Amino acid sequence: MVLAQSVEGSNPWLNMGIFALFVVVTLFIVFRASRTSKTAVDYYAAGHSFTGAQNGIAISGDYLSAASFLGIAGAIALNGYDGFLYSIGFLVAWLIALLLVAELLRNTGKYTMGDVLAFRMRQRPVRAAAATSTLVVSFFYLLAQMAGAGGLVALLLGIDSTAGQALVIAVVGAIMIVYVIIGGMRGTTWVQIIKATLLIIGAFAMTVWVLGKYGFNLSSLLGDAVAKVGEGGQRLLDPGGQYGLTGTTKLDFVSLALALVLGTAGLPHILMRFYTVPTAKEARKSVVWAIWLIGIFYLFTLVLGYGAGALVGPETIANAPGGPNSAAPLLAYALGGTVLLGIIAAVAFATILAVVAGLTITASASFAHDIYANVIKKGAADDKAAEVRVARITALVIGAVAIVGGIVANGQNIAFLVALAFAVAASANLPTILYSLFWKRFNTQGALWSIYGGLIICIVLIVFSPAVSGGKTPMISGVDFHWFPLSNPGIVSIPAAFLLGYLGTILSKDRDDAKYAEMEVRSLTGAHAEKAVNH
Amino acid sequence: MSSPDQEPPPTSGPDWATIQDSAEFVELRKRLRGFVFPMTVAFLVWYLLYVLLSDYAHDFMSTKVVGNINIGLIFGLLQFVSTFLITSLYVRHANRKLDPVAEKIREDIEGDQQ
Repeated sequence: MVLAQSVEGSNPWLNMGIFALFVVVTLFIVFRASRTSKTAVDYYAAGHSFTGAQNGIAISGDYLSAASFLGIAGAIALNGYDGFLYSIGFLVAWLIALLLVAELLRNTGKYTMGDVLAFRMRQRPVRAAAATSTLVVSFFYLLAQMAGAGGLVALLLGIDSTAGQALVIAVVGAIMIVYVIIGGMRGTTWVQIIKATLLIIGAFAMTVWVLGKYGFNLSSLLGDAVAKVGEGGQRLLDPGGQYGLTGTTKLDFVSLALALVLGTAGLPHILMRFYTVPTAKEARKSVVWAIWLIGIFYLFTLVLGYGAGALVGPETIANAPGGPNSAAPLLAYALGGTVLLGIIAAVAFATILAVVAGLTITASASFAHDIYANVIKKGAADDKAAEVRVARITALVIGAVAIVGGIVANGQNIAFLVALAFAVAASANLPTILYSLFWKRFNTQGALWSIYGGLIICIVLIVFSPAVSGGKTPMISGVDFHWFPLSNPGIVSIPAAFLLGYLGTILSKDRDDAKYAEMEVRSLTGAHAEKAVNH
Repeated sequence: MSSPDQEPPPTSGPDWATIQDSAEFVELRKRLRGFVFPMTVAFLVWYLLYVLLSDYAHDFMSTKVVGNINIGLIFGLLQFVSTFLITSLYVRHANRKLDPVAEKIREDIEGDQQ
């Protein structure tokens, strides 16, 4: 059985040693950061005191999950061109954040997405809706990362028993909880910055190494990747290798592409990062940094994916423990032996840890700030200390749920969970955010219809999709109750949410032009925006 | 300090409706929307064109141009180029055309209050 071994050439103790070093260094920084994290604004938004560049690096840390590093490199190595399509959607999506969302959000909110959505609406129902969709998106994203950790453990540490993997998932979850509870947003941001720096440097080094082997000629790298496959290798370079099989898979791809490009600017853990900087101008700089770093990183993954195809070979990758996810680690071993593999393995672990921390702090902030302080306490809770205490307890609970969920979901289809998170973000959140910022007439009923409508349609379509039952690799095998033909609901649920937001608005007489005047002036000028806190 | 989660809003707040109707603010909104709305439509159309071509025009996208580099790869890389380009254009536009106006209006509002 191949399951009983990790990637060939891997030294589990070295991998764990490098990872332990990362944990020790980051924990030290998190403890230091906790000294200046006393108040709510520190816990939620790091005192609005990071610079645009720092936040931009942290955003790329939050965004470049293990799915985009290991997943995209593996998809390119095995499916060629179609893997590349993912990364383009993930990148172009950032223009929506840059042009339409980031600065206006920073100017009108304080800690959470709910701040902006509820700005001119009835507070309690809209905040409850915003928190619900934040928790749902974060939960699916979290589950995907934790489930991925299990596979990664098998791959890199050679732990193949379910109990052993569960233990490692629990340890990863526990470290993450410590980051979030002790370090708050400031500590979590530093973890992201360190992780992003390591990840991008590691990918850069491997990219140069691979290209160097081919005299910096991309064409000959591609040629070698094709030659390695032998007959039919040409399919690696042409579109359609993964999605071009039938009319349904083609339509499924359009649906996925829509969710990718419209989902990013609705991901709550990304939106929350815009509050860690002092001004809208710094929020703009953050996105610019993030776009350059993420774009360049995805160009690296193109080279790494084809490099793994050429130097390791798709057959070896597909048969390795972890399948496609092993492409980047195997390439690291082919290039730099056990040591480089150890470094890349540790970086992959750090990636999961950091992304999970970012998600947990977002979910806990949304619960404490939107639900506890504004729905339960009706905004009258001046006791900010109590609010932060609730946030910390929530982080503990979410962390525990993530550990259990990750253990249960171990081995599940990760791509499906991530696509689900993006589809929900694109359906429930983005339409509501855009209407809120740009449409004067928009009102409470419209906001509720677009959030809940987008959320419910999305989840119902997913439940009855071939990804859950009846498909090739369904979540539940043995039964088939699917009636929706696509695995990705975006092509239906996103337009439906926009339509519901419109209908909900015009079918209610409620409108507040005065409040919109305040919101629009504040969002465009930054007047009365939350200021940075100096320590 | 005003904050969105406290109702009602500060009693002696600025007259937002008047500011919203002022010539300066109308100009700021025009400059922002005049840039970001057409640009959003443009990049979304360009992205969808790329997705649809990759999805439904395999032969065209598979046409070799130089060595093993085909049209699909070039179009894909051009998506990166256009994203970087739009980012830079927006930053230039914001620095030159948006920030000075926004800053002036903001100072007027916040100056009044102190």
